[in-house]
Amino acid sequence: MAVPRLWRHIPTRYNLIGTECQTCGGLYFPPRTTCPTCRRDGRIIERKFKGTGEVVTYTTIYSASAAFHRQTPYVLAIVKLDEGPLLTGQIVCDPDEAKIGMKVRPVFRKLGEDGPSGIIYYGTKFAPLTEASQ
Amino acid sequence: MRDVAIIGIGCTNFGEMWERSFRDLFFEAGLNALEDAGAKGEDVDALYVGNMSAGKFIDQEHIGALIADYAGLAGSLHVPSTRVEAACASGGLALREGVLAVASGLHDVVIAAGVEKMTDVETGVTIDALASAADREWEGFMGATFPGLYAMIARLHMHRYGTTREQLAMVAVKNHHNATMNSKAQYEREITIEDVMNSPLIADPLRVYDCSPITDGAAAVVLAPVELARKLNNTPIYVRASAQASDTITLHDRRDITTLDATVYAAQRAYKMADISPKDIDVAEVHDCFTIAEICAIEDLGFVQKGNGGPATEEGMTALDGDIPINPSGGLKACGHPVGATGIKQAVEIVQQLRGEAGGRQVSGAKIGLAHNVGGTGGTAVVHVLSVNR
Ligand SMILES: [Zn+2]
Repeated sequence: MAVPRLWRHIPTRYNLIGTECQTCGGLYFPPRTTCPTCRRDGRIIERKFKGTGEVVTYTTIYSASAAFHRQTPYVLAIVKLDEGPLLTGQIVCDPDEAKIGMKVRPVFRKLGEDGPSGIIYYGTKFAPLTEASQ
Repeated sequence: MRDVAIIGIGCTNFGEMWERSFRDLFFEAGLNALEDAGAKGEDVDALYVGNMSAGKFIDQEHIGALIADYAGLAGSLHVPSTRVEAACASGGLALREGVLAVASGLHDVVIAAGVEKMTDVETGVTIDALASAADREWEGFMGATFPGLYAMIARLHMHRYGTTREQLAMVAVKNHHNATMNSKAQYEREITIEDVMNSPLIADPLRVYDCSPITDGAAAVVLAPVELARKLNNTPIYVRASAQASDTITLHDRRDITTLDATVYAAQRAYKMADISPKDIDVAEVHDCFTIAEICAIEDLGFVQKGNGGPATEEGMTALDGDIPINPSGGLKACGHPVGATGIKQAVEIVQQLRGEAGGRQVSGAKIGLAHNVGGTGGTAVVHVLSVNR
């Protein structure tokens, strides 16, 4: 994988920067250049998301592609951010711990690797939101 | 627009065929389809070929020309040949492109085919190639695999509707049973619910036996306008509807994670075009890339209410002798899933059913059949309605 493909998304992946449409109030993560509701009438600005949210559904991956093979088994989920948009990400927790409706917070982690000597890339994962972490 | 008929069908055996190349597979399916139609190479006006990922699977692009060349249609006849790609819906989409070309009056005799050669690379490469049917940047880079995405559909379906792990297994058991009567199928053997439940986890709750296999294979159909089809003196099967719909490529952006809206819309458009309702369908081949996908499909195609796919399967509604027999070929699960070929193989199966040539797996009295092909987790869906009567 070429470096620019990863570098280009660093602000989005590291800091959960998405977009907001000022016309309809729609919130988007990842960022979109066009509002799917307003299309050319949309006025798009940057929008940072807090990263806290709730697990909508999840799985534990036992068989992964080469980039993630060394991390198996790992929990993957669709998370609904508190602000509304949904995204796909890993949950740093024990497979037995994951539940639909579980509250999560963002954590900065290694996402994957491009082979043993290739690029390692980073981004946002999620962790269970406990009383102590609030 | 002209009415279109399928006048010939061809299909290779499905399975791991190490001795056979991409070119061999395509050639066999195409030749069989032409012979079945009683047509010759000189009659062919155009080729449409569904293929998902030859670039990754055999390191070859420019599939349209390659296939025309090896079919003997390029060097002297210079027949136009177009590759069509929509991940696992590539075959269904190739069929649709062929139907549109004939319906428009641009071409008369068209071959719509699909081919995939998946076993020339290691399994890790195959898993990664299949993951490219999902959003690489916002699903794949986060660690999503293709089974993982369907596993998340399954988890939510079970949570919301009470669908059971056993009901998922019953889809695989039924499709394996059907495949025992299909000599082209990858797995001509019965399995039990226990076999499914005890197979290794791939992406919880989905296990090995919930997943369609990695398969080599090709399939082809010959299309012609109705008047010409009748002159060629065989049993034409009429294409009553060809419909397609798109949805967000990512699963997480869907209106509802347990519904494939692309299927819902493609089906509604197809029923409208054919002027029928789901009740009129006698037999269907649906896109069961995973067991949960068949449960969602029978709901989203309107055969059962949303959430009732599990109980309907358990009650035998989708069995060969049920109200709406689903996947008599064995489906993607047991017949095999050479991704680009699957959508065409579904049409081949429905044609066999409507001709009454399906042998032990024949659905008695089938007059109207449906083929349902999905790309990715539902970014694309294609629905065709085929019928004995015009
Ligand atoms: Zn807007």
